[in-house]
Amino acid sequence: MAVSRDATASIGVETRTRHLRRIWEGVSIIFASKTAMIGLAIVLFWVIVAVFAPLLTPYTPLEQDWKAPNQGPSSAHILGTDELGRDLWSRLIYGARVVLVILPLSESFLLPGGTALWGVFAALLVGTTLGLVSGYYGGWLDEIVMRLLDAMMAVPIILLYLIIMSALGASAVNVVIAITIVGTPGIARLVRSLTLDIRTREYIRAAETRGESPWYIMFVEILPNARGPIIVDAMLRVGYAIFAMGTLGFLGLGLPPPSPDWGSMVAKGREFILAGSPWAALWPSVAIASLVVGLNLLADGLREESMRYQ
Amino acid sequence: MSMNRSDNAKSVSVLEVEDLTIAYETRKGDVEAVRGASFQVREGQTVGLVGESGCGKTTIAFGIVNFLGPNGKIVDGSVRFQGKELVGQSEAELKTLRGDRIAMVYQDPMQALNPSVRLGEQLAEVLTYHQRISEDEACERSIQMLKRVNMPDPEDVMRRFPHQISGGQQQRVVIAMAMLNNPVLLIMDEPTTALDVTVEAAVLDLIEELKNDFQAANIFITHNLGVVARVSDQLCVMYAGQMVERGPVTEIFRNPRHPYTMGLLASVPRLGETKADSILHPIRGRVPPPAERPRNQCIFEPRCDYATEKCREARPRFMEVTPEHMARCIYAGEIETRPRTARRRPRRVEEGTLAHPESGKDVILSFEDLKVYYPQESNSVVSLFGLGEKRFVKAVDDVSVRLSKGRTLGVVGESGCGKSTLVKGIIGLEPVTDGNVEFLGIDVTQPVSERDTNLIQEMQMVFQNPDSTLNPSYSIGKQIARPIKRFKTVPKNQVKTEVIRLLKAVRLDAFYYDRLPRQLSGGEKQRVGIARALASRPDLIICDEPVSALDVSVQSAVINLLLEIQEIYGSSMIFIAHDLSVVRYFSDDIAVMYLGQIVELGPAEAIYSPPYHPYTEALLSAVPIPDPDAEQKQIRLSGNVPSALNPPSGCRFHTRCPRRQEMLPDSGKVCETVVPPWQEAKRHRILCHIPVEELEKVEPVVHTPA
Repeated sequence: MAVSRDATASIGVETRTRHLRRIWEGVSIIFASKTAMIGLAIVLFWVIVAVFAPLLTPYTPLEQDWKAPNQGPSSAHILGTDELGRDLWSRLIYGARVVLVILPLSESFLLPGGTALWGVFAALLVGTTLGLVSGYYGGWLDEIVMRLLDAMMAVPIILLYLIIMSALGASAVNVVIAITIVGTPGIARLVRSLTLDIRTREYIRAAETRGESPWYIMFVEILPNARGPIIVDAMLRVGYAIFAMGTLGFLGLGLPPPSPDWGSMVAKGREFILAGSPWAALWPSVAIASLVVGLNLLADGLREESMRYQ
Repeated sequence: MSMNRSDNAKSVSVLEVEDLTIAYETRKGDVEAVRGASFQVREGQTVGLVGESGCGKTTIAFGIVNFLGPNGKIVDGSVRFQGKELVGQSEAELKTLRGDRIAMVYQDPMQALNPSVRLGEQLAEVLTYHQRISEDEACERSIQMLKRVNMPDPEDVMRRFPHQISGGQQQRVVIAMAMLNNPVLLIMDEPTTALDVTVEAAVLDLIEELKNDFQAANIFITHNLGVVARVSDQLCVMYAGQMVERGPVTEIFRNPRHPYTMGLLASVPRLGETKADSILHPIRGRVPPPAERPRNQCIFEPRCDYATEKCREARPRFMEVTPEHMARCIYAGEIETRPRTARRRPRRVEEGTLAHPESGKDVILSFEDLKVYYPQESNSVVSLFGLGEKRFVKAVDDVSVRLSKGRTLGVVGESGCGKSTLVKGIIGLEPVTDGNVEFLGIDVTQPVSERDTNLIQEMQMVFQNPDSTLNPSYSIGKQIARPIKRFKTVPKNQVKTEVIRLLKAVRLDAFYYDRLPRQLSGGEKQRVGIARALASRPDLIICDEPVSALDVSVQSAVINLLLEIQEIYGSSMIFIAHDLSVVRYFSDDIAVMYLGQIVELGPAEAIYSPPYHPYTEALLSAVPIPDPDAEQKQIRLSGNVPSALNPPSGCRFHTRCPRRQEMLPDSGKVCETVVPPWQEAKRHRILCHIPVEELEKVEPVVHTPA
């Protein structure tokens, strides 16, 4: 049965456009849901101000103005200043950079992608692998991995963060490590339960009868079918990670002092609330809250909308 | 059986449905699920509604009691129950009818019963809700009713929870519940579809009995033509939301007038038909989804072999064939029924049989004393420390078969008999506990992960469920290409050509290459599954219930495809199914399994005629035959299939055997203690104590008038 060369070639081209169409289908889910759109708007706002931070303010976050400490919003400083006279707007948006856009590995070396994002990404890698392995193999391996993760989950999260950070010391990389460790058990549990369901499907049997390796089955056959819930969960987890970064900063375990960190900004500014200048504590709190709420709305909207299509 | 079919034609009419049109609200507007359905049910009469899935059978049933959910509504027509109009009645009014004068039995008994309430309470509630009687009296009457539905030990059953009784018993409880208030109308929606064939036969007997005793009017919904032929007096054939044919059941089976009914009847094999002497005629295309149904023309026209221009001009009215028999086809009076048996060209398979392996020259697969046991997990403290007695579920126990090249081995048996475990053991998905398996002369007792790639390539599998056989994340082309790449059957740059060749081989167009599984219908998915199995060019294809999840019209197309593939590639096949007519049609040799063991083995025609193993005889007598005129022996097995954890001693079938008491001296005591021997009949082998000469005297199970 001879198939003409043209026909075969055109099918390949279709595959590529189909790929684009599928991505577009995924994106259009966001547009279909009002909840997701509001969430997306909030998140995009923070991403954009963080990316373009140097263009959006005349001040650097460390620049001190001795003549104007603890000021309210004015035309010179739109959100006011802190106790050292540093511009709150620029500290806020440079703070967003660390969360969402860059990971400072050291003073001079910056990695693209925010601290929270790197933390969740690493947790996804570890958690997904553990979840796939214990869900697919089952038996003793599953039992051991899951009991260990249960033990980790039994420790209160804040306590776990404190233990990890005080053991490792305060730095952006260590925050990433802490987020990874804390996030892994939850992701592993989710992926495991999805794997338990998917591995009973007949296409997994088909792959096994082809003699495919376990790694192929886990990452090529199972994982793509679990991606929906994993993506939604990851968005929620970025929210938690931002929250955790704020907490750590507030307790003095986040990024080292002069750098603009939302948590430590709240901690410092808190002393001046009763003295009549709540601004230094208020803005970073609003920033954390809005970003977390935005990510939650986005995740909820996505989940609802994708459920409706099933 | 056919005697009382029409003598109650003059009885009182209970339900009259006229021009019933039901629509569901969707985002794209209202979609009609049922259009203009009319029928009538009389006292003591059973009206069967048949059709493929998505044809609106269940919607009609729910429409009668207005149970359509928040987005369903009756758009037009009337439902008169005992002369009273039900359409437009208040919810409260309908509620007093449902469960009292109108009762329903659903497909899945496990979903109809509340898993956390004792059966006795659930039964009594039906009575106390509708009538003013005391709890004790309600219990008493529930027990009476359980006795009536032939439930063993009803007092005990009252105290049990649903999961503590078997599926067949659950359905009996549901039927008892429906009959408690002595309903005037009983609606049964696929009540036996989820049951095994022997259990199904017993439940159908019960339904027949109850109909005669209680004189209720019955509506029986099913997709199974054999079942409907057994229980119905009147038949309504549904297609795509419309009633296309209506009439007495014998009339329709003898003389179908609508092309769809003809197509349905031509697409199922009757018990005893084989691939050598008849061809199944599938109906091409698929049932159109509700939103895409043509309105002002014949609904069946796109799939009809007899269609002309005229069929597209207007929606045909019901044409009268006889005063009682109507068909919605403008050519109802003219078209001829296709002759049923068109001869197929004879296959060139030599007469090597597996009962006498010496004569089969090329043995492709043989297994001897194969055992597949599952360790039974116990939660006791003793077993936690690895002490205590290990218990095993003996899913497959001492099974031996030889399969020669190019032949098809059919494996039949009820669920739980170990037929799926058997093939999983052979293909290496389940570890083999003991025994020898040789494939192409090489030992294959190890799991698939330890086998040689060249060996894996030669044995592939087609799966049961079309919805889960394909990975939803990848396009059809990629999924077929994967085995080609893995086994390197063609050079890399020709993979795509090869995939398209395979798609063509399973009768799919090249553009399916880029489709995703969710864009395909069930039959199409199953074809892709077959193409994927063919991609490695295997010598042996194992088909695990490949057609049982498909609609009948599609089922025959897939069977034809598999036969064609076998003819072209000369592959050997193992074909598992629970439908005995399909297995008979498809297979050269058949193994009948019961509780992990093969009890009868030999060429298909020998299995389906005496001497029978008593279990085979019972199975065959339970098969619903799509022919109301066929006469069938009624042999019903008592009790349930025993647990494979602790199978009965001696002959495993002795606890349920209907023959041993009459045919063996000392009422068959020997069966209880001694493992039966393999007895050689003329052409096949039977695992039984009863001498072959005795078994040979048994009458054939089915007698079809010529």
